[in-house]
Amino acid sequence: MIHFLKSVRTIWMREIIRFWRDKPRIISTAFQPIMFLVVFGFGFRQILAKSNFGIDFIQFVYPGIIAMNVMGIAFFSSISTVWDREFGFLKEILVAPVSRVSIVVGKIAGAATVATLQALILLILAPFLGVPLSVAVVVNLIIFMVLLSFAIAGLGLLIASLMTTTESFSVVMQVLFFPMFFLSGAFFPLTQVPYWMEILSKIDPLTYGVDAFRQIILGQEAQVVETIKNISLNTPLIDGLILVAFFIIFIIPATLNFNKGE
Amino acid sequence: MNSIEVKELKKEYDGVPAVKGISFDVKQGEIFGFLGPNGAGKSTTIKMLSTLISPSSGSALVNEFDIILNKDDVRKSIGLVFQDPSLDDRLSAYENLRFHAELYGVERDDFIERVEEVMTLVELWDRRNDIVRGYSGGMKRRLEIARGLLHYPKVLFLDEPTIGLDPQTRSHIWSYLIKLQKNFGMTIFMTTHYMNEAEYCDRIAIIDGGLIVALDTPENLKSKVGGDVVTIKTKEINKIKEEVSVFSPNSVKDVDGGIQIEIKDGKTFLPKLFAQNKFLIDSVELRQPTIDDVFLKITGKQIREEGASAADIMRRQFKARGR
Repeated sequence: MIHFLKSVRTIWMREIIRFWRDKPRIISTAFQPIMFLVVFGFGFRQILAKSNFGIDFIQFVYPGIIAMNVMGIAFFSSISTVWDREFGFLKEILVAPVSRVSIVVGKIAGAATVATLQALILLILAPFLGVPLSVAVVVNLIIFMVLLSFAIAGLGLLIASLMTTTESFSVVMQVLFFPMFFLSGAFFPLTQVPYWMEILSKIDPLTYGVDAFRQIILGQEAQVVETIKNISLNTPLIDGLILVAFFIIFIIPATLNFNKGE
Repeated sequence: MNSIEVKELKKEYDGVPAVKGISFDVKQGEIFGFLGPNGAGKSTTIKMLSTLISPSSGSALVNEFDIILNKDDVRKSIGLVFQDPSLDDRLSAYENLRFHAELYGVERDDFIERVEEVMTLVELWDRRNDIVRGYSGGMKRRLEIARGLLHYPKVLFLDEPTIGLDPQTRSHIWSYLIKLQKNFGMTIFMTTHYMNEAEYCDRIAIIDGGLIVALDTPENLKSKVGGDVVTIKTKEINKIKEEVSVFSPNSVKDVDGGIQIEIKDGKTFLPKLFAQNKFLIDSVELRQPTIDDVFLKITGKQIREEGASAADIMRRQFKARGR
């Protein structure tokens, strides 16, 4: 058991060192969501201000952008598994006398830590958008960022365990990323969408991340509480449980695939 | 005592046999070479013995642990240097070794002691804090050998340890390996397709088409080639063959652009041959038999270097781009 935890720590530590060492990546990764926020936020704000949406659009979209950032990084971190295979390092890990489960857990914990750290950078924007933050909100948010990144990294690792080349992994990621993003309810409430879209949204793990993030971040403000309540799908607790369920569904086949070796 | 015992080991990929039932023993403390062309089954064998893949049938013991039933014990007791680089090139050399030590359960104090020892052995201690990306191919390979030694394995597996390296680095790596065998009494199991490297081995198994076709010391194998090897490059192959047959050679083979003759006392044979006949000759070569000749004699073909596979090329491009 001690050896298990030590191996998890070793694998996790490597991801953190690699993240920390690549500072240009940290900055460029933070740039994309800011761009989304500015372009979409200010772009749509004018139109939506005229309707009775009940909430400032930039504020509405802000939690969704943070969730998108978490998803992007968690996916990107699981790509490192494919890189490891491509460059042979995975062999060094797989031939070591450690359990396959500790490898998978270490990888995902690494991805979750990196995604959470990176997404926290975006909280710097909160004051500029008129969103009040408190310690409780940030702590809550961290918990859900970790849950969301576990679910997404689980999915990424499952895909990675099936792919042998970086190209095919990137293609699958591209195909998945934007549909998952757009269907997650980051840009519009999911309470008034067509039935088919509702179904697709419900099988999108990001939906539950966005739903929880929005309630945590915007649930503080008295004037929008009612609106937020109306457009939310579940309570954050239920969202969290669903994310855990997604994680378990993804991680079992991923671990089995790594067990097969080669 | 035997470090490795292999019985009727077989491996098929989707019904295509890669290793067709091989049996051999490796004694403790010997350098055992697995020699054969690409695709002969060398890497497949090393992967089975190091528990990276499971055999289709047959069995093997490594350090008396079963490779199917006691995977973890086997893994703890062996060191492995892969054919393709398997370092994290974003980490420093030291960090790569620390990662390895932690996964293999080497205690912190032991690690601090050993890391200096193994890195000094491969002459990389001064460069320990460099990021591996900046290492040359030879340095990477040496670092991998150091890593393979960190948990004090009883058997070190090396899959083509010198592939793609320049001759100077190759001989450097060999001197490390021989030092290891002498200082630690370590058993070394290695594959190679460089014939001249096989001469460093205590014993050699020649593998071709998934079967072991010969297994002996390099000297004994070479003595199987009858006498000296004479290669004559010429366009008049048939005429020369006819004349040569008068001297009752052990064998005559066609090679690229000429013929190769195995004959006792080649020194006196050549002047006699040319004194009696006039041929148009491009070149003549006389030498002692090498493992190359052994391979040619046993399998009827020469080992050729093959070009890089598509995957290798892509890997290089990605590296150049910097991931």
